[in-house]
Amino acid sequence: MAELFIFFEQIYKILFLLIPVLVSVAMIVWLDRRVWAFVQKRRGPNVVGPFGLFQTLADALKYIFKEIIIPASSNKVIFILAPIVTMTLALIAWAVIPFSETFVLADINVGILYLFAVSSLGVYGIIMGGWASNSKYPFLGAIRSAAQMVSYEVSIGVIIINVLLCVGSLNLSDIVLAQEDLWFVIPLFPMFIIFFISALAETNRPPFDLPEAEAELVAGYQTEYSGMMYAMFWLGEYANILLMCAMGSILFLGGWLSPIDLFPFNVIPAPIWLILKILFLFILFALIKAIVPRYRYDQLMKLGWKIFLPFSLIYVVLTASFLMYFDLLPGN
Amino acid sequence: MSLVRFLKTIFMIDFLTGLIMAIKEIFKPKKTINYPFEKGSISPRARGEHALRRYPNGEERCIACKLCEAVCPAQAITIESSERVDGSRKTTRYDIDMLKCIYCGLCEQSCPVDAIVQGPNFEFATETREELYYNKEKLLENGDRWENILAANINADSSHR
Repeated sequence: MAELFIFFEQIYKILFLLIPVLVSVAMIVWLDRRVWAFVQKRRGPNVVGPFGLFQTLADALKYIFKEIIIPASSNKVIFILAPIVTMTLALIAWAVIPFSETFVLADINVGILYLFAVSSLGVYGIIMGGWASNSKYPFLGAIRSAAQMVSYEVSIGVIIINVLLCVGSLNLSDIVLAQEDLWFVIPLFPMFIIFFISALAETNRPPFDLPEAEAELVAGYQTEYSGMMYAMFWLGEYANILLMCAMGSILFLGGWLSPIDLFPFNVIPAPIWLILKILFLFILFALIKAIVPRYRYDQLMKLGWKIFLPFSLIYVVLTASFLMYFDLLPGN
Repeated sequence: MSLVRFLKTIFMIDFLTGLIMAIKEIFKPKKTINYPFEKGSISPRARGEHALRRYPNGEERCIACKLCEAVCPAQAITIESSERVDGSRKTTRYDIDMLKCIYCGLCEQSCPVDAIVQGPNFEFATETREELYYNKEKLLENGDRWENILAANINADSSHR
């Protein structure tokens, strides 16, 4: 009986996290389209529900009723598995995101490694989709996407090392608590910028949306997908974007901490601060989508390997030397 | 790469300029309209749905000269005519296949008596194809319904014809 109780308690906890995440993914798609439209002096979706908030739900409903077309020459099992993998991986990473000191589903000691591992696995969904479609555009899109995500994963890894040097723990809650005096965005500002740009590349957002470059590759790895399977890719993509924003706000913007420990700010509950920070980063994502042209493939690779990677490595050395010299290493 | 260019790249000056501009654009008035609720202005020359006009005394303008039928590049117009008891020639059939029509406006230009005109209405979508095979009754009805606007439009454009 006791086991059953624990089991259901866990299920409720997961649902309590997962449903808000899925709802906010839907809202974030709307926000993305709205911001994009506003920059271009358009109105964006504003008909369905108040301010068009339910547009994504209407779209999802449409996708549900669409036929799922599976190409005859595709590898059917992998073809069907690919969007499921993408979406699952985008969602399971939320387990370790701390919304406040107590509100975290899985408070594991290597949270940041888990997060990093899961977001690296995300590339499998795309490769599987592109490969199993057995068609040239998805294949090219998948190759590009794999190369791009792996490249930028490396610099994100090095950036995380910078943060870990300052914290001395892999636990995400510890990372947030270490920023109580000073958010890492201030001492590690160049790293924050590089993290942000790498996050754009990691989530295949413009200007790094080469995998789905519609002018060259139709829709990249999503070309052969239709109906709910396409919608799942799409949901997974936006869940990933949200996750990257959450990661950015935890690593650099002090997670659930309020900016200053003064009266009007410290009464606002902790999760609200995290959500506000995620929203801030996401609006930046959306603005950037509206203003930048797409990178060429060689430029993308050059930026990742020749600029970001050396720069972040040098910054690791600088951070480490600084901490050693002034005897600021955590744990001492 | 010059030093200035290098510094501009490092501090992402061009990018930040663009970002600030984008943020400014957000608060500017919108260029688009809420279409079904708001409508944009339509030129008097707009070539929308067809209409057959009448004279103020109620007589049809069309004299069945068939110039429009001849000029129609899509061959969307079909006309049959006969002589009336008073000796005037009038159409007995005037059909426009609105699905064939390319809305070029040549029928309107060729008409010597301003009978067939294209009005400002472009919202005449239907649920079946058959509803878009317009016959004479439908066209005359359109003419009666839109007469005020059609006359005003022809008047507004008359100095250019």
